[in-house]
Amino acid sequence: MIMIFGVPGPLLFGQLLLGLINGAFYAMLSLGLAVIFGMLNIINFAHGALFMMGAFAAWMLLNYVGIGYFPALILAPLLVGIFGVIIEKTIISRLYKLDHLYGLLLTFGMSLVIEGLFRNAYGSSGLPYRIPDILQGATNLGFMYMPNYRGWVVLAAMVVCFSTWAIIEKTSLGATLRAATENAPLVQAFGVNVPRLITLTYAGGVALAAFAGVLAAPIYSVNPNMGSNFINTVFAVVVIGGMGSIMGSILTGFGLGVVEGLTKVFYPQASATVVFLVMVIVLLVRPRGLFGKAA
Amino acid sequence: MLEINGLNAWYGESHILHGVDFEVRQGEVVTLLGRNGAGKTTTMKSIMGLVPRREGSVKFRGAETIAMMPNKIAHAGIAICPEERGIFGSLSVTENLMLPPVVAPGGLTVAEIYTLFPNLKERAHTAHGTKLSGGEQQMLAIGRILRTGAKMLLLDEPTEGLAPVIVQQIGRTIREIKNRGFTVLLVEQNFRFAATVADRHYVMEHGKIVDMIPNQDIPTSMDKLHDYLGV
Repeated sequence: MIMIFGVPGPLLFGQLLLGLINGAFYAMLSLGLAVIFGMLNIINFAHGALFMMGAFAAWMLLNYVGIGYFPALILAPLLVGIFGVIIEKTIISRLYKLDHLYGLLLTFGMSLVIEGLFRNAYGSSGLPYRIPDILQGATNLGFMYMPNYRGWVVLAAMVVCFSTWAIIEKTSLGATLRAATENAPLVQAFGVNVPRLITLTYAGGVALAAFAGVLAAPIYSVNPNMGSNFINTVFAVVVIGGMGSIMGSILTGFGLGVVEGLTKVFYPQASATVVFLVMVIVLLVRPRGLFGKAA
Repeated sequence: MLEINGLNAWYGESHILHGVDFEVRQGEVVTLLGRNGAGKTTTMKSIMGLVPRREGSVKFRGAETIAMMPNKIAHAGIAICPEERGIFGSLSVTENLMLPPVVAPGGLTVAEIYTLFPNLKERAHTAHGTKLSGGEQQMLAIGRILRTGAKMLLLDEPTEGLAPVIVQQIGRTIREIKNRGFTVLLVEQNFRFAATVADRHYVMEHGKIVDMIPNQDIPTSMDKLHDYLGV
């Protein structure tokens, strides 16, 4: 057996892959948080609950309507995105003129309500969601066996993250979005319907979370707490990467997933805390985050 | 083209405009002169709907705009070049230029804007709009609203802090866009510059219009102007 740094190769690579998968979820979720924060000035604590809703939407589509995994990858983000439009228009939009803290409290409260409702209806033991047939099984990569579904998750997450980056950095819609993040009143005075742009941004960030939720459904069991298990780490990722940098969120998300995976191999006791340790160090050395711009 | 009657504006508790009345006719260049704090910039922002609270009447082409959102006012055909220029650092020069949506036909093409401002063409690929010099940023701020087809332009102190040669270039630009049929409302501290481009001048004091001076009367009104502007 190949040994790398005194560790069996398959174990190392296996943990690296697990790290990449966690990193894929960190990246998708922190990306949405960064986009929403940039545009709405709201720290969206409901992000984890919306991620969970994405997974539940996929489960419901399959079990109530018979719609399978791949259509759900499109439909669930759409449905949760519409839910996002409704809560942005009716509730969140009332807070834009207030301190960040109010948005944080409101969205935190919303996440408790949403999770509570799902726990009431479906219990907290978790519901199974089958991996689609075409992604069953594993592929021998020579140095390790890779479960096909996990490879698919990493690939799909990368495609979605980089598409989001390209839309924001390379298109005219993205330019309008960046401009509105800098100076929304002026962009509105140029004739752009900024309130609608804000609603669409929130819906987009929420849809990203829901997409991640669908990807997660076959890996983790679909349960009301699946979002809150993730979200603390995701906030640490956002802090480490620095608010407001799209590429920063993506790279930090994947990077920290890998760091976590490697820690599981070399010093498993620290694997749950290593992200927070990195956060402390980054905050001490570079308070605005690795990719954050100076205020 | 633009008729303003009894315009009042507030920032929070402070009442800035106290019944502003004036009009700008089609094809005119009109300036608002006045000391710092007289309410010139607030008047511009109020026309565009960019103040928290405003009352009175702002009619554009006969239609009341006082209750409209800024984006609707922009689509009616008014465009602003703000005092702080409003160039976006996270956008490239080209992205800044292309940012304002076209609201009506008849705007300048990008090629025509580059003819007016050759510097902008050279700097088109600069990755951050704010990396441009002050003069270039001002050209960009004017150039991008010429593209939109809005025929009523609000230029807030376009010459502030710029070198004389660039001030002259901006003066030529204002005369050129007037010849093309644009209507311009200009805020200026420098009435000598204003006199080279404008048809009429309104003088503001304490949130009100206190006088109107046609441009040909400037030489005979120097004492009065010095008095108003404290120069």
